[in-house]
Amino acid sequence: MPAKILVVDDEASIRRLLRNTLERAGYAVVEAADGRDALIRAGAEYPSAILLDLGLPDRDGLGLIPLLLQNSDTVILVVSARDATDEKVAALDLGAHDFVSKPFDTDELLARLRVALRHRGVSETAPKIVRKGDVTIDLDRRLVCRGTVELHLTRKEHDVLALLARHAGRVVTHDRILAVAWAGEDPRVEYLRIVVRNLRQKLEAPGAVGSIIANELGVGYRLRADQ
Amino acid sequence: MPVSGDGRPDPEALLRAAAQEGRGRLKIFLGAAPGVGKTFEMLSEGAGRRRDGTDVVVGVVETHGRAETEALTRGHEIIPRLNVAYEGRALGEMDLDAVLARGPRLALVDELAHTNAPGSRHPKRYQDVEELLAAGIDVYSTLNIQHVESLNDIVASFTRVRVRETVPDSILEMAEIEVVDIPPDELIERLKAGKVYLPHEATRALSHFFSKSNLSALRELALRRAAQAVDTQMLEHVRALGVGGTWAGSDRIVVAINELPGADGLVRAAKRVADGLRGPWTALFIETPRTAHFSDAQHQRVAAVMTLATQLGAAVATVPATSVVEGIRGFLTDARATQLVVGKSRRSRWFEFLHGSVVDRLIRETPGVTVHVLPMEEGPGSSPVRRQSGNWGKPAGYLVTLLLVAFVTALASALFHILDLGNVALLYLLPVMAAASLFGLRTGLFAGIASSLAYNFFFLPPVGTLSVSNPENVVSIFVLLGVATATSQLTSRVRAQADMAAASARTNATLAGFLRQLSAINDASVAARMICDDVARLFDVETVLLTSSGGTSLTVQAASAPGYRLDTMDMAAANWASDNGTAAGKGSGTLAASEWLFQPLKAGGKALAVIGVAKENSGDPIRADQLPLLTSLIDQAALVLERLRLETEMRDVDAVRTRDRLRAALLSSVSHDLRTPLTAVIAAADQLDHGATPELIGTIKSESARLNRFVANLLDMARVEAGALKLNVEATDLSDAVAGAAHDARRALQGHDVRLQVSPSLPLVRVDAQLLHHCLLNLLDNAGRYGDPGTEIIVEGVHLYGQIRLSILDHGPGLPPGREAEVFETFRRLEGSDRAIGGTGLGLAIVKAFAEAMGMSVEAGNRDDGEGAAFTLVFPADLIVRNTSESHI
Repeated sequence: MPAKILVVDDEASIRRLLRNTLERAGYAVVEAADGRDALIRAGAEYPSAILLDLGLPDRDGLGLIPLLLQNSDTVILVVSARDATDEKVAALDLGAHDFVSKPFDTDELLARLRVALRHRGVSETAPKIVRKGDVTIDLDRRLVCRGTVELHLTRKEHDVLALLARHAGRVVTHDRILAVAWAGEDPRVEYLRIVVRNLRQKLEAPGAVGSIIANELGVGYRLRADQ
Repeated sequence: MPVSGDGRPDPEALLRAAAQEGRGRLKIFLGAAPGVGKTFEMLSEGAGRRRDGTDVVVGVVETHGRAETEALTRGHEIIPRLNVAYEGRALGEMDLDAVLARGPRLALVDELAHTNAPGSRHPKRYQDVEELLAAGIDVYSTLNIQHVESLNDIVASFTRVRVRETVPDSILEMAEIEVVDIPPDELIERLKAGKVYLPHEATRALSHFFSKSNLSALRELALRRAAQAVDTQMLEHVRALGVGGTWAGSDRIVVAINELPGADGLVRAAKRVADGLRGPWTALFIETPRTAHFSDAQHQRVAAVMTLATQLGAAVATVPATSVVEGIRGFLTDARATQLVVGKSRRSRWFEFLHGSVVDRLIRETPGVTVHVLPMEEGPGSSPVRRQSGNWGKPAGYLVTLLLVAFVTALASALFHILDLGNVALLYLLPVMAAASLFGLRTGLFAGIASSLAYNFFFLPPVGTLSVSNPENVVSIFVLLGVATATSQLTSRVRAQADMAAASARTNATLAGFLRQLSAINDASVAARMICDDVARLFDVETVLLTSSGGTSLTVQAASAPGYRLDTMDMAAANWASDNGTAAGKGSGTLAASEWLFQPLKAGGKALAVIGVAKENSGDPIRADQLPLLTSLIDQAALVLERLRLETEMRDVDAVRTRDRLRAALLSSVSHDLRTPLTAVIAAADQLDHGATPELIGTIKSESARLNRFVANLLDMARVEAGALKLNVEATDLSDAVAGAAHDARRALQGHDVRLQVSPSLPLVRVDAQLLHHCLLNLLDNAGRYGDPGTEIIVEGVHLYGQIRLSILDHGPGLPPGREAEVFETFRRLEGSDRAIGGTGLGLAIVKAFAEAMGMSVEAGNRDDGEGAAFTLVFPADLIVRNTSESHI
């Protein structure tokens, strides 16, 4: 049975576009035009994932997130304007799985959706090994290799990379990373920046900054993993 | 206006006549005493006017229950009275605003001299009437002769009843006067018949008032005053026409006032003299060193007398001088005065013997001036100025004096064998002169006494006693005392003059400093703040400054203390001051119930702002002698505010012009830059029906991206213009930022090799990552567009001299030399880089605005090798994050 996706957007043309894209990718699609409709559909159809546009006519999209998550085993992908970083962070804090910026690339949207659905089915600790190109991250053995060469990471570098790898393909907010990797210390974004820069130097090819660890401006980092 | 013969029209009289036009006319029914039938007469004449078709209302009429009067009011429209609560009683006052709102042709307002209930807009009814007249409403009113200001003293002198409610003569002078007259016998009859209303409590006092002789005198006064008014009006008319030439009275009258209680009588007398001679008159106050020791009551009395003089039509002047006689003499010469009115206080002969009589000296020293000397009334509380305790000198002075005397005694004893008695006496002059000059008269006298005692005791035979054997030696004692007196007088005068000079220098310095500070200011709100603070500091008061912008109501612009409180009454006073351009509130004639005194800041005859001053303890905000300084400060402040207002206006005009130009550019740009990609997208989409080719899809994608970029830029520009940029500054890695921007701009950079030379070892910078991203996108987009196809675009970051310079270099035509900075102007596209290349002139303007908002700067120029343009973002040292300690990473 194909996974069922609830598309919440007040623009009929966007809903039609998403329905086409998603159905072509093999998903079943349910549509809702406003918040009330979305709650009713979510309660009746048990969608596996919800694509939620935050700008709804009848209510604040952010407030809808906890309600949609309350009674069903679903994941939410928020669709939001590019510059609305506060909104994105708030949505993630409220339990949204990830976000897609408007105007979006349909390939990127499908990729995010796949990651979301995969995480939904599996418990947090499940993926043992994450790969991207010739880099392998073995979470159980705390090993990071480039090709066959084992890389030496500092403790902080390992903590940050492990956290990103555990959520491979999904954005992790600055606050979350700082809270986990700098627990009990003075959490400052500049430490995180330096650690990420060092990680990139060790993992990424020269001139390909961001090919493994992508920066989501003002929100957090995302590990680009192979599927 | 006709001008006959050689006559020249008097400009002032013409002005007054002009001011009368458009104003209402006032008619006063003047009576000698209560009960002559003024109200009745006014009502019946009003009724007559009504029958003739005039729109008449009754503003306020006191019928005192008399049936005939009552009957006469019936036909009139009566404006209901306004009930003002005062001390638990409801007082019915004329509802001024209702009458103004009703706007009749003629209003009947009884009892012109009436004092309004506290809290009314004006303290006096005649001020209400003035407002009605100013609004173009004719007024009929009633008045008894004893209420006329300049006759107040005379009436009181023979009736023994002094009324406090007076009406300034200026009111009578602009009015038509009708005397309501009945013979005294008839009035007494009416009184006996109970037809005259008298307040119960006043009945006994008034029974003396209504004696036949009094009534005759009052009647004569009323008739004479009415005749005089006619005379004045006729004269005014003649002067306005420029008829004749003998009126220009060669007499100029000066009245010298002082702080004593009878001074108001002097002013009234001077008014009568001036009226009689028909000459201009001036009330003069001489500020001497003594003035500085005045009590608040004395200052207020002087101010009140000056106000009275103004009301009576005098010019006023305050002249500083070392002595009263000198000041008056100087002023008389300057003003070419011919008549001087002075008061003679009943000082003791002894006082005059010591100080000389001011009046005698004036008469002697002002030849050619007629001096009118009036006895000053010594009212209660007129005790002469008590010497302040400060004049006793400091206790330390006495101690020092004793020590000096002791020292001289010791010295003289040591030298006694070579000195004779006379020289010893000379030595004793030293402590006397020292004490008198250092500590003042009393200490000096004390030194004189101490010295003579010591001299007597230790040196005069018989030595060791205080008796004097040789009468010649008595002279020495008197000499010592005399020297003490003379020295102290001299020094105190010198010191007083120095004090006055210092005070005047201080005033000038204050003004100059105030003006200098204000002139340096270019922002009206800062200026307002400074005016408030300075006035508050200089006068030790609380201040508020209110302005009205664009015809709206007054709002507080600045205040010296945040806890200020303005209630409805205060705001009414502020509005009054603003609307009428005169002071209002506490200590002024209008809305005196307010806690604040409001002064308008006027420039070009218009009130730009209103400054309010108040004392914390609700006292009078400004001492009378400080008013001139305050007025000067306010005048200066008004000029500065006016300058700022004009500058703002100029800037606004410029801004509007620029905005219009931008709007036109925006419209043409938007229509071009939105339509071009849309046309491409629509055309490509149409072609898709015939089969999708990679080329078509590419067109749709790249044109859509261009549209998206353009819309993002429009939104950014709107945010910049609206001042809605909210910075979210955080430590940012430049290598990361550049890579991210290059990734997002990949479509615009198609066909170029992009080389990122940003070392990962560059320090982090504190910026808004989102804004920096937009800056980089626009710079990369710009490089992609203007760089020759197939060439390389280099992004390079260097850390040099404490700055980080991030440059975007392209290969292409570069920028026209000398005009590099122009690329940052909105909608600017330099020649040689035309529409053909597409895109708006918004991108670089946004780069500049964002960069500056983050504390960075941006430079435009050409590459050192001259092969293309170079745009550089400069991160100054304070945006650079210092090295992070290793322990945290």
